[in-house]
Order: sequence, then structure tokens, then C-alpha cells
Amino acid sequence: MWDYSETVKEHFYNPRNAGALPEANAIGEVGSISCGDALRLMLKVDPANETILDASFQTFGCGSAIASSSALTEIIKGKTLEQALDVSNQDIADFLGGLPPEKMHCSVMGREALQSAIANYRGEVWSDDHEEGALICKCFAVDAVMIEDTIRANNLCSVEQVTNYTKAGGGCSSCHEGIEEILAKVLAERGEDFKAAPPPEKKVPGKMTTLERIRKIEQVIEKARPNLQRDHGDIELVDVDGKTIYVAMKGACSGCQMEAATLGGVQAQMIEALGELVKLVPVKPTVKLAPNTLA
Amino acid sequence: MSIPNLTPIYLDNNATTRCAPEAVAAMLPYFTEQFGNPSSMHSFGAKVGHAVKAARGSLQKLLGAEYDSEIVYTAGGTEADNTAILSALKANPERREIIITMVEHHAVLHLCDQLEKDGYTIHKLKVDGIGRLDLDEYAKLLSDKVAVVSVMWANNETGTFFPVEQMAQMANAAGVLFHTDAVQAVGKIPLNLANSAIDMLSMSGHKLHGPKGIGALYLRRGARFRPLLRGGGQERGRRAGTENVPAIIGMGVAAELALEHMEQENTYVRALRDKLQAGILAAVPHAFVTGDARNRLPNTLNVAFEYVEGEAILMLLNKQGIAASSGSACTSGSLEPSHVMRAMGIPYTAAHGTIRFSLSRENTEAEIDRVIAVTPAIIAQLRKLSPYWGENGPVTDPEKAFAPTYA
Repeated sequence: MWDYSETVKEHFYNPRNAGALPEANAIGEVGSISCGDALRLMLKVDPANETILDASFQTFGCGSAIASSSALTEIIKGKTLEQALDVSNQDIADFLGGLPPEKMHCSVMGREALQSAIANYRGEVWSDDHEEGALICKCFAVDAVMIEDTIRANNLCSVEQVTNYTKAGGGCSSCHEGIEEILAKVLAERGEDFKAAPPPEKKVPGKMTTLERIRKIEQVIEKARPNLQRDHGDIELVDVDGKTIYVAMKGACSGCQMEAATLGGVQAQMIEALGELVKLVPVKPTVKLAPNTLA
Repeated sequence: MSIPNLTPIYLDNNATTRCAPEAVAAMLPYFTEQFGNPSSMHSFGAKVGHAVKAARGSLQKLLGAEYDSEIVYTAGGTEADNTAILSALKANPERREIIITMVEHHAVLHLCDQLEKDGYTIHKLKVDGIGRLDLDEYAKLLSDKVAVVSVMWANNETGTFFPVEQMAQMANAAGVLFHTDAVQAVGKIPLNLANSAIDMLSMSGHKLHGPKGIGALYLRRGARFRPLLRGGGQERGRRAGTENVPAIIGMGVAAELALEHMEQENTYVRALRDKLQAGILAAVPHAFVTGDARNRLPNTLNVAFEYVEGEAILMLLNKQGIAASSGSACTSGSLEPSHVMRAMGIPYTAAHGTIRFSLSRENTEAEIDRVIAVTPAIIAQLRKLSPYWGENGPVTDPEKAFAPTYA
């Protein structure tokens, strides 16, 4: 049995806003190949101010698909279409108190239904921009298609690179066989052989000047950012105090259920880059001072 | 809804069974005073060695094997399956083909997927809409290039039997080794391996009210064999490693009990299963039995509930204290619904809603009545949420009425 949160169970046992909505003027119908799940989202939009007056759903799917649909309708009711479009799949998962990695695609399906319904209201045709594959990395919920596309797009040739670009394989490492298989397949297409990287060399910690050390820390943070930004999050270096590195998690990363895992991944890279044991500690994002309005 | 009677009802016996109290009681001394190593010369070991031999005799009887030395203990059905297939390849290095079926258990299927990557040719026999093989297709594939045929005795999802005895004779006539994964069949139907052409058979302890982590490979005397694990001379050098004595003793007792209850399995359990099937099909529209209903295990019922999804059904059954399992993709975290349902060509909207009820001699009629009573409401509740379902039945032309953009 999946380890569903109480909120997921509650929304599954007592779904909100289930059933047809005859007066709907925006309808989105999407499915997720990866579960065979499918969802019809119906919205009643006030044409005057583009506010979602009512929302309902019909879902063919598992417990978390039904719970995600229910959560989505609760989140978007009363929002304008513009506000609704800002709802990310992570918002849906967060609303439900988190979803197991294998089930994150249920929240993605919810977000896609929303985009599809809004496109339908505006007379546009929504087309999906991503395809889902078999789940490879269960620590960071990365699927085969994502890994394969990233290898192709960036000419990657090692598991370590895949981890740096996608996070896949950065946790328990039991998916490295699967990642190597994908690498071997893509490399074969470009006429190369996959060679397993030699085991990482044990680095003797060399003396770095304080400036070199800070630059190194910044480099690791910069390297981690694109992956987080892809998930609508970000990370920022706040301060360094001896072996403690203070960072701010921003956007979707802030309060994300995977925050600890993400930090762990960056910390591991930091330790490797610096050749010393350091600790990454999340702090509140730096407060940007508003332009001085006082006279 | 009234507060349900939550005494749990366990209908997932093809996944695992409750270890019989008699088996547990018999095992306990082998954790404490009877701790000897059966290979040892002293009396601590000798006593244990006798008990291990007695258990072997119980398995021999259950399988109808000619000799007790044809039983090789393993850590379970998966190890027995892997041992059998890899042994056949090792013993026949010039033969590079294997015949299996589309609906084998993952213990065979995923091993063969790996062997395919290693350069072997895997022939997967197709099944028809109710899970039956085409023996003509099979006959054509048998040749001196085939190292081994591995075909399950009974399917774990639908309970459908394959004609393994006949298929073993055909393999035998063609000079090909024959292995059957009989994990679901052993203990549920009478077996007489001495009078069959089967070379190897895999079984598991925990599917027949024995403990987990123990199984056995039946290996016909004279069948060519190469061990998977080498080391000490245990199991006559065919499976190295100190014996899991308590589990072996428990499986022996479970085998005796299974033989005693064999008739009950095919009368009492079968009647309960048939009642469950009739009750559900009478009360739930748009539901059908998958697999070969006339030729299957007496304890297994697999029903497809159209237009709803299996995991959701399981969660609602579980809320009522009822344990079953599903062939839906969601329950496994995999991409597709069960490979067995796909092989039979069951449409997605039905395959995702397949539920397997697997009974045992411990189930009662009152339990079956309760399942029949609660199931229709559960299916109706989920269908109300389904985009394929209208007011009183499926929407007209469901596949067209709801055609989502798939990602």
C-alpha cells in the first residue's frame, strides 16, 4: 500500500467537487500514460473578470489521481485564470501534504488539465510539452524520458553527469544500472561505447585560500540552480561560517517535501568539490528591502 | 454509511498466505535448542539433519516425486526459477534459445529480459483472450537450439492453467529440458511428478501456509543440472549454503497440511470462490471474469470492473477491511497495467480495473457474503467519479465521448 498522507486519503474518500458541471465553459481533458489515469476538469468562468466561479472534475484513476483532482478544484476556485495558471503541480502536492515520488505525475496531470481547460476557454488548442516514461530514480522522481532527453540535449556520457543535470541517481544510487542502460542506448545511437567511469579518486584536501573556497562554493550552488529552476525553485548562497554554509531555498523549493533531499544532494556535491566535510543549512531567503519610500 | 464490521478479510492468498500455526509451532525449537548445523558430525547436527530429511519427504509426497533427493531447497520460488533456467543454459552452452510465455511471473520474465540483452533469443508464447496457449505455435518453436522451456503451471493473476504435462512431453520428445513455475499450483491441485515428463519445477513455502524465504526446486533424477550457488556441499552440492532449517521444517509441515486439505481446496474453497464470482457478477454491471473460468485454480477469481481503476477499488475495499490485489499500473508503480491483462488483449479501461480475489481454506462463507455485500457500492461510488460513466451506465461510445490528450 502506498504511503499516502492523511490529506490524500481524506480527499480520496471524500472528494470535493466531483461530478459533471453542466454550466461549465472551460473543459480540459488529459491523461497520463504512466498510470492510464485520465481527468476531465470543468470550470465555470465569469467572462467579465475571468474568475473561476466553480470547478469540478471526473477522474478515472488511482487514489492519488482522485485526490489530486479534488485538491486542484479546491485550490483554483475563486482564482482568476491568470492566478490559476500560477498553480504548479508542486502546489497541488503540497496542498495534499505530499505525494509519493511514483505518484507525482498525478499532480502533473492536474496542472495539465488546468492548462488544457484554460486553453479551451480561450479557444486555443493545448498541446502537451512533455512525455512521461518509466520512473528510474525514485529518490528524485526522474523518469526515463527525462533522462534520455537530457543525455541527448547535453551530450552526456556518464552517470555523474546525468546526476548533475537531472538529479537522477544522486540519492541511494540503486538506479545507476538503469541510468547506465539509457546512457549505453543513447551513446550507441551516436556510435560511441558507454564506458563506466573509473571510481572517483580520493582527493587529498588541498589548502584553498578563503577566496578560492568561497568561489568553489558559489560554483557548486550555480551548478545546482538550473535543475531547481526547472522545478520552479531556486537556491541562493547566504553566508559561510567555517564548515557551515547557509543557503536560502526559494520558489517551489521552499518548503518542498523534497527540500531535505535536494539539500542533501547539493551538500554531497559541496563536500566533493571542497574536499572537506561541510554542512548545508537552509535559512529564510534574504529579504529584499523595498526602495526607500520614506522621505 | 454504517460503521463497517472491520474484522479483516484476507483474500490475497496468491500474494502470500498466513503461516499455519502448526508450521510455526514446529519451527520454534529449531531457533532454540535444535540449533545444530545439519552438516555437522555431532548429535546437535544429526538430529537437525533427520528433521530436514523428514521435511524433504513431506515435499516429495506433495509433489508426487519418485525420490526425495529430487527436492533441492532454495530461498524461494524466485531462486528456484532462476536456478532452473540458468542451469539449463550452463548445461547446454550451444543452445541459445528459451521458450517461455507472455504471462510468466516476473521471476522468469525479467530474468529472460536480461538474458535477451545478453544475446539469447527468447520466444514468448502468445495467449488468447482468455489466456490460453496455442500449442501449434509451441510445437513449431521446439528445436535443438532451445536450451529450456519454462511455462508456469497456473497463472498467478487469473489462476488459468497451462497444459504443462502435455507441453513437457512435447519438449521431452524434442530433447529439450522443461521447467515449470508451479508456485501457485503446488498445494492447490494434486501433483504426480513421477508420472510426468517435467524435468524441473519451482515451488514456494509461503504460498501454501508455510514460512517466507524458503522454496524448493524439483529436479528429476538424471536431468542435467549446474548449480547457481557453489560452496559447501549442501543439497548434494546442488545448492550451497547452510540450510534455512526452521523454514525447511515449517514448509514440510505446510506441505503435509496442504496434502490433507487438498480435497477441501477443490470443494470448499472452490465453492466459496464460485459464490463470490456469482455474487459480484450478479450485483455489478459491466464486470467480467478474466482468464479461463473453466480451467483455473480453485481459489482464484480475477474480475475486471470496467471504467474504474484498481488501486482506487483496493483502497475502498481496504477501508472495509478487505484485502485483495489489482493488475492496475498504479499498484505497482509501473507504466502499464498487468502484462497478463495486456497479453490477453483486455482493453485499458478494463485492465486497470482488474481485481484479484485469491482465497484459502481459512476463508469463511460469512466473509464472502460481506465482500459480495460491499463491492457493488464501492464500484458505483468510483464510477460516479469516472468520466466514462453517465447517469446509469457507461456513456455512449465511452472511448469517443472521453478522449483525453495523453501525455
